[in-house]
Amino acid sequence: MIISVASGKGGTGKTTVAVNLALSLSNMQVQLLDCDVEEPNSHIFLNPVIEETKPAQTLVPTVNYELCDYCGKCAPACEYNALVVVPKQQVMVFPELCHGCGLCSMVCPQDAISEEPRKIGVIKKGRSGDGKIELVYGVLNIGEVMATPLIDQVKEELDPAKTVIIDVPPGTACPVIAAVQGSDYCILVTEPTPFGLYDLKLAIAVLKVLKLPFGVVINKAGIGDRKVYEYCAKEGIPILLEIAHDKRIARYYSEGVPFVSEMPEWEERFARIMKGIKEYVG
Amino acid sequence: MRQLTVISGKGGTGKTSLVGSFAVLAENKVIADCDVDAPDLHLLLHPEILTKQEFKGLKVAVMDKTLCTECGTCEETCRFNAIASTEGSGYAVNPARCEGCGACVFTCPQEALSLKERVSGYAYISKTNYGTLVHAQLNVAEEASGKLVTLVRENARQIAEKEGCNLILIDGAPGIGCSVIASLGGVDLALIVTEPTQSGMHDLKRILSVVEYFGVKPSVCINKYDINEEVTEEIEAFCREKGIEIAGKILYDDTITKAMVAGVPVVAFESELKSTAAEEITLMWHRIEQIIQE
Repeated sequence: MIISVASGKGGTGKTTVAVNLALSLSNMQVQLLDCDVEEPNSHIFLNPVIEETKPAQTLVPTVNYELCDYCGKCAPACEYNALVVVPKQQVMVFPELCHGCGLCSMVCPQDAISEEPRKIGVIKKGRSGDGKIELVYGVLNIGEVMATPLIDQVKEELDPAKTVIIDVPPGTACPVIAAVQGSDYCILVTEPTPFGLYDLKLAIAVLKVLKLPFGVVINKAGIGDRKVYEYCAKEGIPILLEIAHDKRIARYYSEGVPFVSEMPEWEERFARIMKGIKEYVG
Repeated sequence: MRQLTVISGKGGTGKTSLVGSFAVLAENKVIADCDVDAPDLHLLLHPEILTKQEFKGLKVAVMDKTLCTECGTCEETCRFNAIASTEGSGYAVNPARCEGCGACVFTCPQEALSLKERVSGYAYISKTNYGTLVHAQLNVAEEASGKLVTLVRENARQIAEKEGCNLILIDGAPGIGCSVIASLGGVDLALIVTEPTQSGMHDLKRILSVVEYFGVKPSVCINKYDINEEVTEEIEAFCREKGIEIAGKILYDDTITKAMVAGVPVVAFESELKSTAAEEITLMWHRIEQIIQE
C-alpha cells in the first residue's frame, strides 16, 4: 500500500501528517519516502540513524573530439537547447539545461557523443530512533534545477512489502507528479483559508488527471473560514481528519517533535485514517 | 530599476501575505506573482485581466496508434517513464510525465510518434488597485514552470520600462528548484521569509545557499517570531554570524488570516483593533526600501 501526502500550497502540514501517520502505525512495517527533495524536513522529526548515503545522478553528454566532425546534427535535435556547435572548434554543453534524454548521442552520426553521470544530489537511507520506520530522502544540490530525476531515484528505493508513505513537495507541476504517481491513495493536507482552498482545488485537479483517489486532512482547523468544508461537502470529498490550530501542536512542531509522541491520544486518530483508506482501497 | 524577490524555501511562511502588503505600501512598481504552480496573490489583489497570453512550454510526444506495432522501442528509449504499455490498450504516452525530448520519435521504427506543441499555461497582465500585476497559471500536471516564471518576469520588465516604474516586486515559489532559481536571476534583493521552527531554520539555510550561489543579496524576515522565541534567537544568531540583516520580525497575529479571508492585504484591512502585524510589516517595508537602494 502506497499513500502519498500532498497539498498544492506549501506549509499546510504535509510533513506533520506524513510523520505522525507513520509513527501511529505501530503494528505495521512502515517506510517513509520524503520526496520533497528541495526542502526535505521529515528527517528533522524522525532523527534517523543514516545507514547509507549515495549520490543521485543524471546523465549529460560528453563529446569525443577525435570523432566529432562538427556536423551540427546534435544541437537542433536537443529540445532544451543544451548543446551549441561552434563549427570546427567546440561543442558547448550546458548541463543545467540538459534533461538527460540521450537523444544527442543517438542522433550523432559519428558516435562522438557519449554520456557521463552528473551528480544532482544525494539519497539518504536510515531508520528512526527506535528502528520502526525506514526513512529514505533525497537532498537536491544547491543551484540544481533537476528535481524530478532525484525524486524518481528516491522512489526506486520503495519497498512494496511495507506500508509506504510519501511526503510530496508543494505545487502542481512535474515534481508533484513524479512523487504521487503510482500511489494507491493520496491524502491532501490543507488549511481552512482562501489560499488553502484555492491551492487544494489545483491539487485535486492534478489527482483527477492521474485518476488517484483522495481525501482531505484539514490542518490548523479553527482559523480562517468554512469554505474548505463547504467545498468538500459539495464535491463529496471525505474529510479524513481535522487537526485543530493548537498552541501545543504548533510548539512541538517548532521544536521538531512529532506531536503524536507527546499527545498519544492522536495515535489512534491517525491510525483510523489508515484503516479507512485500507477499506476504501480494498 | 530595482527588483525584490520574496522567497522562503519552506512553504506557508507568509510570502504572499507580505507581498500583498508590500504591493499596498510600495510606490511606482510592477507586481509579479512568480509562484506559477499555486499562485495566490490574486486572492488579495483582485486583478482585472487586461491581456492573456498562451504559454507553450515543452512539447509532448503524440502517438498514432494506427501505425504502432507494439514493438516497445519507445518504452526502452524513454528516460522519463512516460511511455508504458497496458494490457488491452497497448502503448500510450503519459503527457504528465513526457518532457518532450523527442527521443522516442527518433527511435520509433514505424514513425508512429511525433512531437506536438502544447499550451502549458497562461500568462496574464492585469490591473489592480495597487498597480499592474503580472501573473500566470501553469496548467495542472505540467512541466517547465521555470520557463513560465521567466516569461512573467520578462512581462514585468517590459511594463516597468514602459511605465517608468522603479521597482519590480516578485512573489516567489516555495522550494529551491527551477521556479525559485528563475525568480532569483538578476534581482537586487532576496527577502527570505522564515518562521521560528526547526523546519523553518533548516529550509532557511538551504535557500540562503541558493541565494548566495546566484550572487543575490539576502535579507531575512522572521514571521510569527513569538511561536518559539528560542528558535527566533537561534535564527537571529545565525544571521548575525553570516552578516545578514533581519529586515523585520512579525508577531503571530490572526488579523493576517482575517484579512486573507476578507481578501485584503493586511495593511489595508480595516480592523476594529489595531493590528500589530500591519505596523510591523509597514516598518519592515521602510527598511527594505533603504536596503534595496544600497
